[in-house]
This record gives sequence, C-alpha cells and structure tokens, in this order.
Amino acid sequence: MVGKKKGVDEFSGTETTGHEWDGIRELDTPLPRWWLWVFYATIVWAFGYWILYPSWPTLSGYMPGILHQSQRADVEQAVLELRSKREEMGKMLGTATLEQIEADPNLFQFAREAGKSVFGDNCATCHGSGAQGFKGYPNLNDDVWLWGGKLEDIKHTIQVGVRSTSPDTRQSQMPAFGRDAMLESKQIDDLVEYVVSLAGRPANTEAVGRARQTFKEQCAVCHGEDGKGKRELGAPNLTDTEWLYGGERSDIRAQIVTGRGGVMPTWGSRLDPMTIDALAVYVHSLGGGE
Amino acid sequence: MFDHGILERHSLLLVVGILIVVAIGGIVEIAPLFYLESTIEKVQGMRPYTPLELAGRAIYMREGCYLCHSQMIRPLRDEVERYGHYSLAAESMYDHPFQWGSKRTGPDLARVGGKYSDEWHRAHLADPRSVVPESVMPPYVFLEKNELRFDDIADSLRANRIVGVPYTEDMIANARADLIAQAMPDANGVDAFQKRYPKASARDFDGDPKRISEMDALIAYLQMLGTLVDFSTYKADAPENRR
Repeated sequence: MVGKKKGVDEFSGTETTGHEWDGIRELDTPLPRWWLWVFYATIVWAFGYWILYPSWPTLSGYMPGILHQSQRADVEQAVLELRSKREEMGKMLGTATLEQIEADPNLFQFAREAGKSVFGDNCATCHGSGAQGFKGYPNLNDDVWLWGGKLEDIKHTIQVGVRSTSPDTRQSQMPAFGRDAMLESKQIDDLVEYVVSLAGRPANTEAVGRARQTFKEQCAVCHGEDGKGKRELGAPNLTDTEWLYGGERSDIRAQIVTGRGGVMPTWGSRLDPMTIDALAVYVHSLGGGE
Repeated sequence: MFDHGILERHSLLLVVGILIVVAIGGIVEIAPLFYLESTIEKVQGMRPYTPLELAGRAIYMREGCYLCHSQMIRPLRDEVERYGHYSLAAESMYDHPFQWGSKRTGPDLARVGGKYSDEWHRAHLADPRSVVPESVMPPYVFLEKNELRFDDIADSLRANRIVGVPYTEDMIANARADLIAQAMPDANGVDAFQKRYPKASARDFDGDPKRISEMDALIAYLQMLGTLVDFSTYKADAPENRR
C-alpha cells in the first residue's frame, strides 16, 4: 500500500480514500443518506427510552424512568384482567349444583373449555391427552371410579390428591402380601384364580375354593366380600373388566405381591378454586360422571 | 480529527481498544448485579440444596437437561397461567451455574416439583413415551441401573460454599449421612437431616428401597424444584420486588 493522497476517481467520480495497491485505488463511497438518518434517529430514540423506561444502573438501584414501568406489575395486571373476565362465570360455577351447570349451556360450555385447557397443562401428562389413562393411571372416560364419580367426589379428589402431601388427602394402602411375606406363594396363586373368577372369567375351580377363605380374611375388608370394592377406601371393584394394573394373571399376581398404589398430587395448593371447579366439571362430563 | 489508522496499524493498541469497548457492556449490565442488594428478592423458605438434590442436580447437568428444558417462568401472562408464579432471582441464588436454559423443546421445569408423582417420574425418565405418547424425549433408563456415586459429596458442598452457598460445617460433615437419610428414610438420621434442611422430603424416590440410584437423586431434585419459596409471605407488589 502506498500513497495517502486523496483524490477523485476519474471513472465513477467518487472520492477515494487515498489507499492504493499496485495502482488499484480504494473508493470512499458515502453511506446511503436514508440509512445514515435512520441510524441517527435510533440514537435519539435511545435517549427518549432512557428517560421513559427503566435503564441505567445507579449505585443503589436503577433509573426507574418516568413511566415507572414494571414487567412484574404488568403481568399481574394481565392475569387480574383475565381472572376478572372469568370471574362471573367462575363464581356461578363454585356454587351451582351439577343440575344447574348442566341446565345452563353457557356455564357448561365455559367450564368445559376452561377445564379442558387446564387438563392439557396439568393432568394429561398422567391421564393421557384424551383422558384415556395408562397402566397405573386411571381412565377418566369410563364409569369406573376408584374414589367416586360424583361431581363433588371428583372435585375433592383433585383438591386433596391421592396418597399425597395434603393432610386430608385420599389415603389407603394395599398391603404387599407377597413382598412382606403376609401370604405364602401358593396362597397368592390361589387368590389370583379367585380374582379371575370374580371377573367372570374361567378359572381353576379347586384353587378358587381354596382361596375363598383367604379372600374373606385378607381382601374383603377393603374390596368387599362380593369383590365389588369400596370407594371410601379407593379399593377397586374386582368384578368388572377394567384393570388399573392389567388383568392378566401375571398382572394380578404382581399386584397382590407388591400392593402398588398410585399417587395423585394435591392440586388445591397449585390451582385456584375456580380452576378446580372447571376441571371437575370437565372430567365429570367426559362420559363417566355420576 | 482522530485517525483510526493509528489503531489499525498497532495491533496491541487495537486489542486494548476492543477490551475497553466490550467491557462497557459488562460494566453496565453485569457488574451492578453483584453490588446491588435489590438484585435478589428477600424471601422465606430458600435453603441450600440437600446433598441428594445436589447430586441430582449434577446428573441434570451431566445429561444436558437444560438443552431442552428451561427453569425460568418469565413474567408473561400465558406462562404464569401455565406454569405458576414467575420465577424469582432468589429461587436460583444457590444455583452454580444456573439452569435457566434458553430453549423449550420440553416444558419449563422451574415449578415441576410436586406436580407429578415419583412413580410417574420413574416411568417417564425410563421411557417417556410410556406415559406421554407424543413425547420426543430420549429415554434415561440407565439412571435406574446406575448406583449413585457420592463418595465426593462433601466436596461438592464445599465447592458450592466457596462460591457463596451458605453450607455450614455441620452440613458438610454430615453430607454423606444426610444423602443416605433422604433416600433411605428407614435409615437413622432423618430427624437430624430435616433439622439441617427444613421441610426437605425424605423418601425412597426410585421405588427400590434397598439402593440409592441416580434416579433417586434426579427425582429428589425435580420434586424440590420451585417448591422452596413461601409465596404466602412474599410481597410481590412491594416496590423493592418490582422489576
């Protein structure tokens, strides 16, 4: 690079920077005017922004700006507005009986829509996006309810959870008859046949006979002598065709051995009452509500 | 007029100039967060992570969970509606490094604690599609099989103390015992553990009471996330908590 002499390029008429490499000179084309003015405008804009909005840090805090804008205040305002939009319907929902809700199409639709969106965010992870359930997580579309299928029952279950942290949580624990050696392996084999027979499927009649007394002593207190279950204990009906942990003989055996029980979180401390009301109506309306 | 040819011809001078310009951004945006007392909200309930949670947190980082999951509920209406109260600075004050993340292929986890059961977490981590068919999360079934290595857990606490987490001598001395007590509540020492870490939950997280697996540690960490701050005593509309 040689020379520092600035000049005007004879072909384009543009000024040069004075840099020259082997006879090639560098043009000093000015920035487009419109671009330059936009650039200056953004600098002016920044000054306005500093004055209006929170900007520079200081020794003890920050310049709050004359608008005193706060993102946290804004979001609280936005949530309040949302709640107030829902408030009227929400209040009606909290006090209305099932018949009243079902009789009012607007209220019913509101509850279903609100409930559906909350269900997707919070419940679908375990119960499935169609509330169809998975092994160990009950199907909510059918009419089989462990803890009751009335609107109030469903609402209460959502509020306190099952085997959860709330002091009022729905609580029961099936013993691990096999793992804790409460029954012998042979007795469990017989019980499996007995449970299969309760469900109306063909079973080994001798084993069923042997297990009758064991069932009466060990199982009937929760599942009932007829095996139809007791909802106050969350003990499932064994005579139907729905199985939480599977209906194969191996599934039934595994359940008697380990006594699994699902955990449902306490939602009363996470969701507000109106949301729980809507959720209860949604679940109730899925098809199996009583 | 200033001739930038001088800067361009002296590389050392150019380096110094670059450093000065870049430092301005840091001085204005980062440095004040260290000296301003109002950066971290005054809240009740925050405690250092228990040794088991800390071990779980290390697994969370090792597996790169932060690449797909954020831990930062932004102050936006839809996020607050979906995930709960927006995240506070105080909630990550014992995080070294923080796990805010920057991408949500999966959902935010800042308040996942208590949202699902331990059993669900086990099933979901081992085979995500067994409980969420539409999930794209990879399976982490090996966490169940891997014994948790925690012979160096006291050193983890010590390292965190160096960067400002208030672990006491007592906590460091009992780190190993506390880790075992939290994952195996039948063992002795649960009372002493819960005295050191108030309201920390001690239970068998991985469904196998006989051993402490990496699954135990990770689920203990997940079930604690977002549950520490007592929001009933937090004054969101106090001027010092406004941002």
